Amino acid sequence: MPDSILVVVEQRDGKLNRVSWETLTAGQALAAATGWTLDAAVVGKEVANLAHEVAAKKVQRSYAVESPRFEPYTPDAFAFGLKQFIESRAPQLVLMPHTYQVRDFVPKLATAMGRTVISDCVGYKKEGDKLLFTRQMFQGKLAADVSFAGPPPWFVTFQNGAFRGDKVETGASAAPVETVKVELGDGVVREKPQAMFKEAKQAVDLTQAEIIVSVGRGIKEQKNIELAKQLAEALGGEIAASRPICDSGWLPMDRQIGSSGQTVAPKLYLALGISGAIQHIVGMKGSRTIIAVNKDSEAPIFEIADYAVVGNLFDVVPPLIEEVKKAKAGS
Amino acid sequence: MPSANGRQLIYTDAFARPLLETASYVELFLKILVGMKQVPQKDAPLKLNESGTWIREDVSYEVNEPDAYALEEALRQKEKHGGEVVVITAGPARAQQVLREALAKGADRAIHLEDTAFVGLDAFNTARAFAAAIQDESFDLIFTGLQSDDYGYAQTGVILAELLGWPHATIIMQIEKKDAGIRVKRELEAGYFQFVDMPLPAVLTIQSGINKLRYATLIGIKQAKNKPLRKVAMADVQSSLSGNLQKIERLYVPQKTKNTEFLEGSAAEIAKKLVDKLRNEVRVL
Ligand SMILES: Cc1cc2nc3c(=O)[nH]c(=O)nc-3n(C[C@H](O)[C@H](O)[C@H](O)COP(=O)(O)OP(=O)(O)OC[C@H]3O[C@@H](n4cnc5c(N)ncnc54)[C@H](O)[C@@H]3O)c2cc1C
Repeated sequence: MPDSILVVVEQRDGKLNRVSWETLTAGQALAAATGWTLDAAVVGKEVANLAHEVAAKKVQRSYAVESPRFEPYTPDAFAFGLKQFIESRAPQLVLMPHTYQVRDFVPKLATAMGRTVISDCVGYKKEGDKLLFTRQMFQGKLAADVSFAGPPPWFVTFQNGAFRGDKVETGASAAPVETVKVELGDGVVREKPQAMFKEAKQAVDLTQAEIIVSVGRGIKEQKNIELAKQLAEALGGEIAASRPICDSGWLPMDRQIGSSGQTVAPKLYLALGISGAIQHIVGMKGSRTIIAVNKDSEAPIFEIADYAVVGNLFDVVPPLIEEVKKAKAGS
Repeated sequence: MPSANGRQLIYTDAFARPLLETASYVELFLKILVGMKQVPQKDAPLKLNESGTWIREDVSYEVNEPDAYALEEALRQKEKHGGEVVVITAGPARAQQVLREALAKGADRAIHLEDTAFVGLDAFNTARAFAAAIQDESFDLIFTGLQSDDYGYAQTGVILAELLGWPHATIIMQIEKKDAGIRVKRELEAGYFQFVDMPLPAVLTIQSGINKLRYATLIGIKQAKNKPLRKVAMADVQSSLSGNLQKIERLYVPQKTKNTEFLEGSAAEIAKKLVDKLRNEVRVL
């Protein structure tokens, strides 16, 4: 059997998570680079229809890996069930999106197989026969190329946005779909999850805002939030924040931008004293224009900024408020 | 109430001070291990080492942020239920600072896997080293931060759970002791949460913001000096380790993908330039 790549896509309530297409794009690129074949797998209670959806893409085979115990999701069921499945197919490389669900079970799965995961990768390189996976380190300040030093299967998870989901190739004809039932005994699942819920009703819908002024820990103290609010007001925009600001209760939770908050794409996103951790960036990188003010010239936020100001926000913001007011009064 | 593993223990008051030194009652209490890591300070400028595979070690360090929340949560659970909080770290001598701070905040004792070589272990081997170092202990719970600010693998806690054969839950924002086990609140994507019930012992990875951090008191800092700190050498755990399963081939400053325009000048000049951009390019004024 030739070497193969297995992409495990993610579904919830009978719908594929969109990030699944990104991972498939990554799988297709890696298959082209290595000459290995590409298979995909959907995991769930009854997921044959989703496996058919995936089979329309350029893959060799699409699996529906099923057990009644996959619903609701638990790390015990997923690790145990996928271990059986992966051992039976023996792929060289197993790819998954770096979602909250995957990061919950994949280290367990790999450990149960005596293997390792290179997690949260943003790309790959092929140098000679060697595959390297690129991941951010030190909160995005540095990047590392990481290789596998042990036997396959090699597990890799890709960060949200690392590949283009809309670039996934369609197959010439639909790939065969195979349903694989895995056996999960009575004692396997120890966690009892309850239904998912949202905390409080959101008072503001930042997704509709055209201008967002967002503050990070660089604002230093609660009372300084006022300064950012004045700028937001002058611009006619909304105030938002990074997670630590909302954790501290300086702004309400519904103003948090990022993977555990809101995802926004305003015309203008003005980041004040935000370092640009990936969990923040996923929530705002779709903004049409990003302006960042940060005193650290190497802050990762500058990598995605259109306009950058390296400096102290307390020096820059007050004159900016005045200039904006002047411009508005004059227009 | 008898605890699951029927350990003998001492009744404690609300502040976990022993009430009956010699009592041998069996009680519901929690023995919690907290995995903590020392990482470069958030604002520390990082320089690459000569081989370009790691940073130069001459930076200032601090405790990994979510680990601080994990410790705080352990201390709060102990204050509620009684028990013991033990902190563990792997790293060179400098990492002892993290343990000292934890002891000053109220942890009862510490375990230091002390060797520079621990810095280079992958998550699999770090977890194995921890498992080996605690094999004679019996914890009800192990907390770790959900990921580290340096590697950011988000794996060590989950791997440790699997090595011990325990259930786990990640990205935890609340923990409640129940008659049989615990109920935890998991953070999910996009503002969703979920409660999960699970038996003990278990491993939980803790999210920043789960609680409000305390400061060490002067008395705490003084008391910390007399609290037990057990050192574990690389040689003590070596037989449990393997070669790393993954290897950092090179570390580098990431390439910019966007054409960023840097605006320079005095604050007043920058303000003018920004307004010009807002008006003529971004067109929001
Ligand atoms: C599972 C998970 C989910 C997460 N979800 C989210 C999320 O939804 N949203 C989110 O934001 N984060 C989230 N995070 C946290 C994220 O990883 C970062 O910790 C967080 O975004 C950092 O916030 P910050 O940039 O405000 O703070 P820091 O990283 O501390 O950055 C502060 C910045 O301010 C700069 N600065 C300081 N003083 C000044 C000054 N006077 N003038 C100008 N600049 C200054 C500094 O140079 C620094 O770059 C999540 C993390 C995890 C693990």
